[in-house]
Order: sequence, then structure tokens, then C-alpha cells
Amino acid sequence: MISNQKQNPIAALFRHQIVIPIAALLLLTIFNVLRDTSFFEVTLKNNSAGNPVLAGNLISVLDNGSELAILAIGMTLVTAACGGQDISVGATAVIAGSVVMRILSGGEASADVVHAPIIIAFLVCCLAAMACGAFNGMMVSVFRIQPMVATLIMFTAGRSIAGWINENKSIAITDPNFAIAGTFIPGIPVPTPVFIALICFIITWAILKFTNLGLYVQAVGINEKTSRLNGLNPTLIKFGTFVLLGLCVAVVGFIKVSRNGTINYSVVAKDIEMDAILAVALGGNALSGGKFNMPASILGAYVIQYLTTTLYAMEVQATALPAYKAVVVIALVVLSAPKVRDSVSGLFRKMSPAKQSGGAA
Amino acid sequence: MSDQTVLQLSGIYKSFPGVKALQNVAFRLQKGEIHALMGENGAGKSTLIKVLTGVYSKDAGTISIEGKTVQIHSPQEAQNAGISTVYQEISLCPNLSVAENIYLGRGEGKFVSWRQMNKKAGELLDSLGIHVRPTQQLASCSIAVQQMVAIARAVDMDCRVLILDEPTSSLDESEVQKLFKLMTDLKKRGVGIIFVTHFLDQVYAVCDKITVLRDGKLVGEYKIEELPRVQLVSKMLGKELNDMEDIKDEVQTFDAKKAEPVYEAFGLASSEGIEPFDFVIRRGEVNGFTGLLGSGRSESVRAIFGADKATSREIRVEGKKVSIRKPIDAMQLGIAYLPEDRKRDGIIGDLSVRENIILALQVKTGFFRPFSRAKQVKFAEEYIQKLNIKTASVNTPIKSLSGGNQQKVILGRWLLTHPKYLILDEPTRGIDVGTKVEIQKLVLQLASEGMSVTFISSETDEMLRTCSRLLVMRDRKQVGELTGDQLTQSCIMNTIAGGGAK
Ligand SMILES: Nc1ncnc2c1ncn2[C@@H]1O[C@H](COP(=O)(O)OP(=O)(O)OP(=O)(O)O)[C@@H](O)[C@H]1O
Ligand SMILES: [Mg+2]
Repeated sequence: MISNQKQNPIAALFRHQIVIPIAALLLLTIFNVLRDTSFFEVTLKNNSAGNPVLAGNLISVLDNGSELAILAIGMTLVTAACGGQDISVGATAVIAGSVVMRILSGGEASADVVHAPIIIAFLVCCLAAMACGAFNGMMVSVFRIQPMVATLIMFTAGRSIAGWINENKSIAITDPNFAIAGTFIPGIPVPTPVFIALICFIITWAILKFTNLGLYVQAVGINEKTSRLNGLNPTLIKFGTFVLLGLCVAVVGFIKVSRNGTINYSVVAKDIEMDAILAVALGGNALSGGKFNMPASILGAYVIQYLTTTLYAMEVQATALPAYKAVVVIALVVLSAPKVRDSVSGLFRKMSPAKQSGGAA
Repeated sequence: MSDQTVLQLSGIYKSFPGVKALQNVAFRLQKGEIHALMGENGAGKSTLIKVLTGVYSKDAGTISIEGKTVQIHSPQEAQNAGISTVYQEISLCPNLSVAENIYLGRGEGKFVSWRQMNKKAGELLDSLGIHVRPTQQLASCSIAVQQMVAIARAVDMDCRVLILDEPTSSLDESEVQKLFKLMTDLKKRGVGIIFVTHFLDQVYAVCDKITVLRDGKLVGEYKIEELPRVQLVSKMLGKELNDMEDIKDEVQTFDAKKAEPVYEAFGLASSEGIEPFDFVIRRGEVNGFTGLLGSGRSESVRAIFGADKATSREIRVEGKKVSIRKPIDAMQLGIAYLPEDRKRDGIIGDLSVRENIILALQVKTGFFRPFSRAKQVKFAEEYIQKLNIKTASVNTPIKSLSGGNQQKVILGRWLLTHPKYLILDEPTRGIDVGTKVEIQKLVLQLASEGMSVTFISSETDEMLRTCSRLLVMRDRKQVGELTGDQLTQSCIMNTIAGGGAK
């Protein structure tokens, strides 16, 4: 009865999770090709510092998508373990950025040279964001509050806290060394966030490969009771995913302020939480938790950014942007729902019945 | 086709990726008959039922009810067509109350009065002898009660066909009797009943006909008189097997007096409220907890493993004083626990068979020392072979295995940790006759190699065949201990009832 017969390859393909973001990517590309091929132009320009750097829509996708991808890593873990999402990542990113500004400006309104080593600022901002993550994590894992509700607190209060850290001053730091993380390394034409993201991917890959994080997170997300009886500590694991997400948020917050050289508490990283959640969904991961596929989430993040950039290129008004995005996203998410995928792959299976009945067990 | 036929399936095909679950299966059910559907684990019984009730869509074949060909696309449609079903894996809503579960989806759009619903549910439950408040949340009920509630829900619906997929797997003798009485009543009213079970005694107690499946194919339909037990078993397995043999004599039994204690508890208790009692198990011993459902037998072993909040006075493992607060503590001390409720406490449904098998050992080994993929596959394949688990591959999600095969995976998981002390709560639940004997043998063999085993089973038979000492529980209290000559069916019954307690 159990046979090793090969399935229809197309049907099998449609069961693969990563197919969803890849398909979306292709669709968007085709759309842009038909619309205006100049979308894909990449040029080498001199930036304000006089360095030759790459510019163009695709570079912007890679650049901004990298921030989103870093967030998607943490969001995927939280989603998988807790079956819910953190909606406070934008607010927490501002807190992290504000901490950086405070340390580097030394409390002044502007600084031409940083007042403290950048690495110290980065480490402290990591601690701050992880503390926020820990707070969220505690609400979810210990007090068992729904993630969305638990993180609503930070979502609401985060930007005020960020402002309070710097007494609501809008600080400007013009030290070129500080700008590196968010813009370009002198002499290298590719935006630095791309490299930072790469480092994050490698670390994530290593963690998933050399520890049991993946197994534990999925086990807890699928069946908490069983996990406990197999010696896991679900509370700790859920808490841990929020702390890890905090770390991802810190990196993004740092890139954001480095990129801008200044901070606007109510605008920076606005709506980024929604994009990060969408990245996870577009990656074909169930938002109700359980199994996850990290590469698919990461690719999902770049696709979301691709979509945003495409809409900008079409000169969609900034205020109308979310509406357009929503339509596209609904289509993508419905297509990626397991049910739809099953029936699509079933369709392909029916189309070649010969292969199905062949080869008795 | 006689007009007595209420349900007829023919030429049914169904495959899943990598598995041909049903091939050209036919089945016929008459009015007022109890028809057993038999077969090994993974033979396709549940799949056939799910095809019939529209949970799965069939690849080919026809279904007709009272002579009319029907297309059933969903369980709701099946219900409307007069087919009511108790699925193998209880599919009720744990968050709702017992009464809500019984009447869920049956309001027919009418306004529901809570009071009345609870009252009606209470009457129904009483008439079936199920002792549970209608307003109690289902999740807080024992699995047996949940199963009875599912049955109550099904029988209360006005149906022509009643399907029971292993309804008795976690019921004890008296509840089984209640169910049988119910089935015979329905039979008299002309309801056709499909009954899936692995308990042969039960088949011969109530059924009229038997249909046997093997490896997704139909073996045949037989009248109960024409198919004696031994033949039934060989039809199911495709080979001879004597499941009545006394296996205890085959392996050397251990000497209770000489062996050193592996686990000792003084004042064993937990937050689940068992009366504290002292408990000891020695190296190589197989003992068991027996008692009615809810007597505290499962709670006792959960307390040993630290599954519930343990409040015992003192615990010693191999003579050393230890503290077991949570499962991982017990695991590190070489204790393993196979829980009774497979779906809730046993499987990680979406994860693969491979991941499910290695889970406990992996957690024990540590967060920073994951097994390589090759090693995982090796472990998984070892137990797939040893326990004869039917799965398309090591990467198949465990939830798509048949119930009995899921159970074997969980057993494999704990055997892989090579425990010193293995606690098995209903290990043969949903396991077919052939494998059941294999597992019992395995337990005795492991014991002869020095493993201590605590065995809980609703089947007294099984306990008698494996255990050399039985602890009898009643009302969450230990009321007796039986050894040697006392290990007889009647002695156990007496002690449970309160007669022969020492
Ligand atoms: N949803 C599914 N996806 C993939 N394979 C499945 C699915 N459901 C069942 N199978 C496979 O079909 C076969 C028959 O399974 P089924 O559950 O019908 O067995 P069963 O006779 O009910 O066994 P048991 O006595 O253990 O309950 C098994 O090999 C199983 O792995
Ligand atoms: Mg079954």
C-alpha cells in the first residue's frame, strides 16, 4: 500500500511553501516588465559624500527590504511559538533608535562627531529593545495574554517613551562614521543594510542549524502540552522568541537612525510591523503558529518591499498606498492559504491521471 | 439489492501522497445490523469512514443510501443524510461546555435556550449513565468522558446509520457495557451501526457481521458465526497468530525481593489530588495501576513523572534523594512517560514522524547538541522498523498516520531515550491485535533486560499478562496491592469494588 511512486512534479511543487513568495516575486516582475522596463534600471551615481554608489528601484528594494527581512526573522519565531504577532516592533524600533541618538549625541541637540563609541550605542540599544521584547514576552508567556493584545501596550506607549528618552528633541548627528550602517561603506557601492541583513541571515542559519531552536519553537507552537511532557519549557521558549525579536528590532532601529541621521519619533518605522507580519504570511507561514519556513519569510519580506517600491514607482499617493497594498496582499495571502494550495496541486494531479494510477505498490 | 440495505459503498479508491489508503473497497450495511469493520493499524478503516462522511473526497467509487446514489461532500451533509459519526480522534470543541458540544451545529437556526439545552443534555447524559455536569467545560473532562459525550452527541441525533470509530478505546468495562446496551437498542430501532474496534471480544459480543480490510484492500465480508476468532485474526494480519497464548512464561520473570529499588516515593501526591501513598518499583519489575476511570491511576503516574505539580514528600531514584518538579527532571533521571491522551499530550501533529520520534531524546540531549539529519533518520528508521510503523516516509507529518501508528511513534519516542523506568499509560490504545501482543512481549523483554515498567491499561487481561504486581486505586486512593496468586480477574474486580481490599 505504501508506494514510492513519484508524485506529479508540478503538484509536488505547489505543496512547497517557498513557492508562494517566489510566485509573487515573478508576478510583480512580469507586471513591471509590462508596465515600464525603466523600473529595473540601476545606475552608478556619486552620493553626497562623493562615493560612487548604486541607485535605482531594485537597489531600494534590497536596501529597505533588508530591514524588513531582519524583522521577519524575529517575527517568524514569535509567530511560530506563540501563534500571534508582535505589533509593537515599529514602536520598539524607535525606542532603540532614540537610545542610540541619546548616547551618541551626549544629550546635545546636534553633534558633528559622536560622543561615544558607536558600538557602545549599538549594544545599549540592543539591550533596550530586548528589554521591551522581554516585557512583551512576559505578558504573553507568563500572563498568557494574546500576543496582539499584549504588544498593544508597547505599540501605544513606545513612541512616547522614545520621545521621552531624548526629551522630544529632534537630534541630528552628522558624523559620517555613524551614517555607514544605514547608507554606504566608503568605496562600496552596495548599501550597508544589505550586508547587515546577510550577517543576520548567516547567524540565524547557524542558530537554526547548530541548536534546537527550530524544533523547540515549532513543537511549542503546535502542541504546548505535549512539549511540556517532553521536557520543554514553553514559557521560556515563548519568552525567548520575543527577546530574539527584540534583538532584530534593535538592529533595524539602529539602521533607521543611522540612515536618517536624525529621528522623528512619530514617523520613523511607521507601519513597519504590518509589513513584517505580512512578510511572514506571504512566506506561507501560518499566522496561528506551528511550523515555519525561515527562508520563505525572508523572501516574503523582500517581496513586500518590492511591492511597496512598485507602487511608489507608479506614483501612487502615499496616503493611498496602504489600500493598494492591502488588495495585493489579500490576493497573495489567499493564494498561499494551504487550502487553496492543496486544491491547486490537486488540480494538477487530476490533469495527469495516468501518472497517478501507474505503478502498483 | 434488497430493501434491507441502508448503505452501500462500492469501488472506493482513495490515495494520499505516497499511500494508497483504499483500493476498490466495497462495503454493505443493512438495517438493524451491527457491522464490525476490522483490520490492522493503517488498513484504511478510518479512511473509509471519512470518505463515507465527506471528510475526504474519494478518488473513485459510489456511495448509495437506501438504493439512491448520493454525493456527500461534507460531514454536515452526511449528518443531514442520517449518518452520525463518532470519529476516532475526538473532534469536539474542548473550549465549550458538555451541553454545547452535544447540541453544537444542531440548533437548526432556532433560538436556543441555554437553560433548556442544559436540562436536555443533563437528561441525555443521565440516561446514558454519564456522570458529568452539562455545564462543565469539555477540556476539563477525562478522555473517557469526552468519548462518551461524543457518543451521546451521535446517538441523540436521529440517524439511520451510526458510525463508531474505536469508541471504546479509552472506556472501561462498565462503560463499554452501557455503550453496548445503547447499540442494541438502536439496532432494534432499525439503525445500522458500523463499529470499528481492535477488541475482538467486543466484536463477538455485539456484532452481526464483519468486514475485514487489509492494506487498503477488501478481504471479505463474513457472518459472525462463520468466522471464529483465530480465523478473523489471520484474515486481518494475513498470517496466523495466537493472541491468547500466555506470554509471561516466555521470558524470565524477575525476582521482586532481590532487585534494588529504582524509584521510591514517600507520600506520592500531586496537585491533581491523589491521596498520598508510598510507592516503590524495583529493577526489572513490571507493575501496574488498576482501577476504574477517574480512580486516580493516571494521576498517580503523572505525579511520578512530574507532569502535574508534584507535592510528594520524598522521592528517591536508585537510592538517591531527588526532586522531580517537572517532566525534564524525570527524564534526566531516566524516567519516561507515555501519556494516555495521544492527541492532547502525545503527538506534535504537524511535525514529521522523524521529529516526533527524536523529540524526547533530543530535549534530553540538550539545546546546543542537535542530532544531525542522518542520525535523526537513523533513529526514526530504527523504530519504524522495530515497531512496524506504517508511514509513507520518515518525513510524513504524524497527524496523517493512522491512530494506531501514531501511538507506535510515541512509544518509539520513549523507547529511544532508553529509560531505566518506563511508564506506559494505555500504550496499546488503538493498537491492533497483532501489534498488541508484540508490545506486551516487548515490555516483558525490556523488563528482563533490567528496565522497570509501570503499565496501565483499561484491559485487565493485558495487565494480568504483563504485570507481576498490581496496585488498585479507588477514588484517588490506593486501596490494595495484588501479587502472585491474587493476580486474577475476580480478585481485581473485588478489590476495585471494595471487597478484597487488604
Ligand atoms: N490525511 C492523510 N494524509 C496522508 N495519509 C493518510 C491520511 N489519513 C490516513 N492516511 C494513511 O492512510 C492509511 C490508512 O489509514 P487509516 O487511518 O484509515 O487506518 P486505520 O485502519 O483507521 O488504522 P488504525 O487502526 O490505526 O486507526 C495509513 O497508511 C495512513 O498513513
Ligand atoms: Mg483508524
